[in-house]
Amino acid sequence: MTSQKYERKDFVAKEEVRWCPGCGDYAVLSQVQRVMPEICDRLQLRRENIVFVSGIGCSSRFPYYMNTYGFHTIHGRAPAIATGLQLCRPDLLVWVITGDGDGLSIGTNHLVHCLRRNVNVKILLFNNRIYGLTKGQFSPTSEKGTRTKSSPMGSIEQPIKPLSMALASEATFVARASATDAKTLQDILLRAACHRGSAFVEILQNCNVFNDGAFDSFAATSVRQDRSLYLQHGRPMIFGANRDRAIRLRAGFPEIVRLDEFPEKDLLVFNESAAHPGLAYMLSELDEQAFPVPMGVFRCVTRSPFGELLDEQIETAVAKRGAGNLFDYINSGDTWRVTAPQGS
Amino acid sequence: MTEVMATHQASQEKPAKPRQFREMDHAVVRFAGDSGDGIQLTGSLFTHDSAVLGHDVSTLPEYPAEIRAPAGTRAGVSSFQLNFSSAEIHTPGDRPHMLLALNPAALAVHLPDLMPGGTIVLDDDTFDTAGLGKAGFTGTDPREDGTLAGYQVYRVPITTLTLEAVRSLGLDKKQASLCKNMFMLGLVAWIYDRSVTAVEKQIDSLLERKTTQPATFDKYREQARANKLAFRAGYNYADTVEVFVCRYTVGKAKLPPGTYRRVTGNEATALGFLAASVLSQRSLLYASYPITPASDILHELSKYRHFGVRTVQAEDEIAAIAMAIGAAYGGCLGLTGTSGPGVALKTEAVGLAVMAELPVVIVNVQRGGPSTGLPTKTEQSDLLQAIYGRNGECPVVVLAAHSPAHCFEMAIEAFRIAIRYMTPVFLLSDGSIANGTEPWRTPKESELPRLDLPQGVPAGDYQVYARDPETLARQWVAPGTPGLEHCLGGLEKQDVSGKVSHDSANHQRMVELRIKKIQGIARDMPELTVFGRAEGDLLVLGWGGTFGAIHHAVERAQQLGLSVAAAQLDYLNPFPANLGSVLRSYRQVLIPELNAGQLRMLIRAQFLVDAAGLNKITGQPFRTSEIELEILRLLGVQNVGREDPLSPGKGVHGTMDS
Ligand SMILES: Cc1ncc(C[n+]2csc(CCOP(=O)(O)OP(=O)(O)O)c2C)c(N)n1
Ligand code: SF4
Repeated sequence: MTSQKYERKDFVAKEEVRWCPGCGDYAVLSQVQRVMPEICDRLQLRRENIVFVSGIGCSSRFPYYMNTYGFHTIHGRAPAIATGLQLCRPDLLVWVITGDGDGLSIGTNHLVHCLRRNVNVKILLFNNRIYGLTKGQFSPTSEKGTRTKSSPMGSIEQPIKPLSMALASEATFVARASATDAKTLQDILLRAACHRGSAFVEILQNCNVFNDGAFDSFAATSVRQDRSLYLQHGRPMIFGANRDRAIRLRAGFPEIVRLDEFPEKDLLVFNESAAHPGLAYMLSELDEQAFPVPMGVFRCVTRSPFGELLDEQIETAVAKRGAGNLFDYINSGDTWRVTAPQGS
Repeated sequence: MTEVMATHQASQEKPAKPRQFREMDHAVVRFAGDSGDGIQLTGSLFTHDSAVLGHDVSTLPEYPAEIRAPAGTRAGVSSFQLNFSSAEIHTPGDRPHMLLALNPAALAVHLPDLMPGGTIVLDDDTFDTAGLGKAGFTGTDPREDGTLAGYQVYRVPITTLTLEAVRSLGLDKKQASLCKNMFMLGLVAWIYDRSVTAVEKQIDSLLERKTTQPATFDKYREQARANKLAFRAGYNYADTVEVFVCRYTVGKAKLPPGTYRRVTGNEATALGFLAASVLSQRSLLYASYPITPASDILHELSKYRHFGVRTVQAEDEIAAIAMAIGAAYGGCLGLTGTSGPGVALKTEAVGLAVMAELPVVIVNVQRGGPSTGLPTKTEQSDLLQAIYGRNGECPVVVLAAHSPAHCFEMAIEAFRIAIRYMTPVFLLSDGSIANGTEPWRTPKESELPRLDLPQGVPAGDYQVYARDPETLARQWVAPGTPGLEHCLGGLEKQDVSGKVSHDSANHQRMVELRIKKIQGIARDMPELTVFGRAEGDLLVLGWGGTFGAIHHAVERAQQLGLSVAAAQLDYLNPFPANLGSVLRSYRQVLIPELNAGQLRMLIRAQFLVDAAGLNKITGQPFRTSEIELEILRLLGVQNVGREDPLSPGKGVHGTMDS
């Protein structure tokens, strides 16, 4: 593959972008376009080998705006379509764009199984905790009490946490970033692209029309430093604008300790590649009011992707039986010959 | 011979000349027993032997709906019917000439189907109080109460004789009695004058196929040894005890020369798709969620890893078609298969493939519906679902296979059309085709269509929905093609450019274009051929798995001098271009279907022809006689007698099976 130097503009489609002004989706698009040249560089990849597959929702319009191959499919099914594509075309870098309704309501099943199989696709779930495209109904990630046209007295449903679900689905790469945090998002996109197998990234994305300010309590620029926990592999989980607090486990449960009262050497060290997903799950389940909100890579472990295993079986079968020949095959085994002329 | 009643007990007085051979043009044998008795294996061995001897064969296996139905009950009965013939045949036969019943339940379930005067061989050991009770005979014994009057009954203590036969191997009683089916096969082999060594060789080759794992070799070798002992014991028993009054021979069929193998419909379907992949030089992805009676296609294709075939057991039917669409988008052969309930789930995705104009093939092995319906029974009730079952004006191509071996051809045809016209194609099969078998003459490469169409990169300014003027297909440009990056999707497309468009006039144009593209495929399909005269009193029009019964019934009616012809539609959307003129060449049209009249509705709506229907929705395939009777009724013919080889003077075929 000939390497080619790309720039951001090489990934900007001619298509006019049609999200509402102020929508968080713009920021994600921009970071993805910005990081693509580096991804191509690292993976020695050409633009025509990149595909964005999406479901349905505001966020799923994304592929139209990327100057790559794209497929805007049907509601919830993008992970399955991407699976078929990736298995047949392991030479492609396949991205999945989905939303909290698309990926966690109608398409949950496919998401779970795509992650479980560790299909080599990179899934970006735009979580705005609302159904944008259908004009503002609550979604499976909406907080309890969310008032919408379909829940005028407030939603009475327990929300699901995307990362907890990804972890329960045995995902090998699980990360979170806020659309507004360009640096963290770019880092994660780059790592996701280079991960061997499924990468699942939750992107916190503000829908300023139907659920404005959903993440303000911890992601607004003014509080972000103080309210976020930036996960770093092999480091203690220290956070705060002044980096003066940390998370540790006590009797199996997380608690916040002040560094001036607690020796740093006794802090819990974060390990993204731990075989057991327990620590990652503890972090994904942290109450976002009482605790800082973890950002970055929660889990990154190595497991052979589905497509590689499938193709290994093909190689093994060919090695064992020889490459199949249709006409030899249908004429072998329990066959018999009828010769002419025959009978009376 | 129907008046001769020979039972095991009666064999004391030996029939004077028991060993004459009776020549028959065909024989229909049904094996029946408990689902654990190895009935399918027995049937399959006998079928193979028949085919190798040069008979034409057709089979109908039937399984209980429950995997482990209580042993000995009617619910647990499994059966296998074989028709072997000296002439070309297309059906497994209406009524068996001979029924082999390994227990009272098997007798109870299958006796009503047996031809009048037919032969029954039963395992006498199983007719004890417990066995009779489980089969629902309380206080009565069908062997003694007159139930079997008029049949030729052979009561053979099969269990005892089998245990005796394999005693030298020291198997436990359970293992030993598992060989009963082979004893039964031995009896049948003798009755139909088969070679002992040929069948024994088959048993051995079965062993070889099972012993790919060295760990299980001893187990299977032991099993094969026991099976062969029991088989030979059955054969020798029949040869020495002089119970059986008659042996039968059937001549060889005049089949076209070539190499033959026996295939089930599902095997032929899988092989056809494999061939499509080879012929198109595109890799095949089959994604499917297990469902009766389609699962064997998944099992079969999963064996073809050395051909580079990728199979995925998807999480559900929606995922399965989604994966197939993903493969098609990637420039490969995207395939999914299921049965009716699964198709119901796939419908939205089929619409996506129509909108994105991608070639995917969807196989529906139909079963009894609606809902979960009758999973193990056959039906043809998903025709309208295939043609219309989607939101929007959403035309697709619909094909149907009409017999097990025909599945091979139609599987290739499905992909030929899908690729050439960039469209989803449904291939309809059904439970009886899927599990039925027939001999298949393996084709040479030169006999198969070409699928490796030139797929050059479009020159100049690439327009995603620019169409070939002849086929109206857009070009299949997969990711990886430099400079042609574009985005497909389910939103309406602007004509030519393929950009998203909400323009109303454009929508109408695109809907019409999609319809026109599919209708135009009629020009690229074989014309409908008619079996019989090109015009006349009655046309019997069918589609799919009713082919054999219709063909046979029409053949018989023609032999009576009636002006009847048959035609079978393998192409259901679009219809063959000459269908209208064919329909108008006959005074009446009869459409037998295993549904409530779906093709008939289409024919009436499209051609304004007042076609009559014959609709059977019992989960069973048509019998020849049912169609023949309807033909006679429509033509005002009554009571036409004809001889049946096993019951001379008895079979009044035109009217007996109503
Ligand atoms: C089968 C089907 N059902 C319902 C819809 C309507 N629909 C479109 S998008 C959507 C929800 C999208 O929410 P989300 O995934 O959160 O995406 P967002 O628009 O917020 O980015 C729904 C219900 C549809 N297009 N298809
Ligand atoms: S509705 Fe919300 S999510 Fe959709 S484009 Fe507008 S702001 Fe963005």
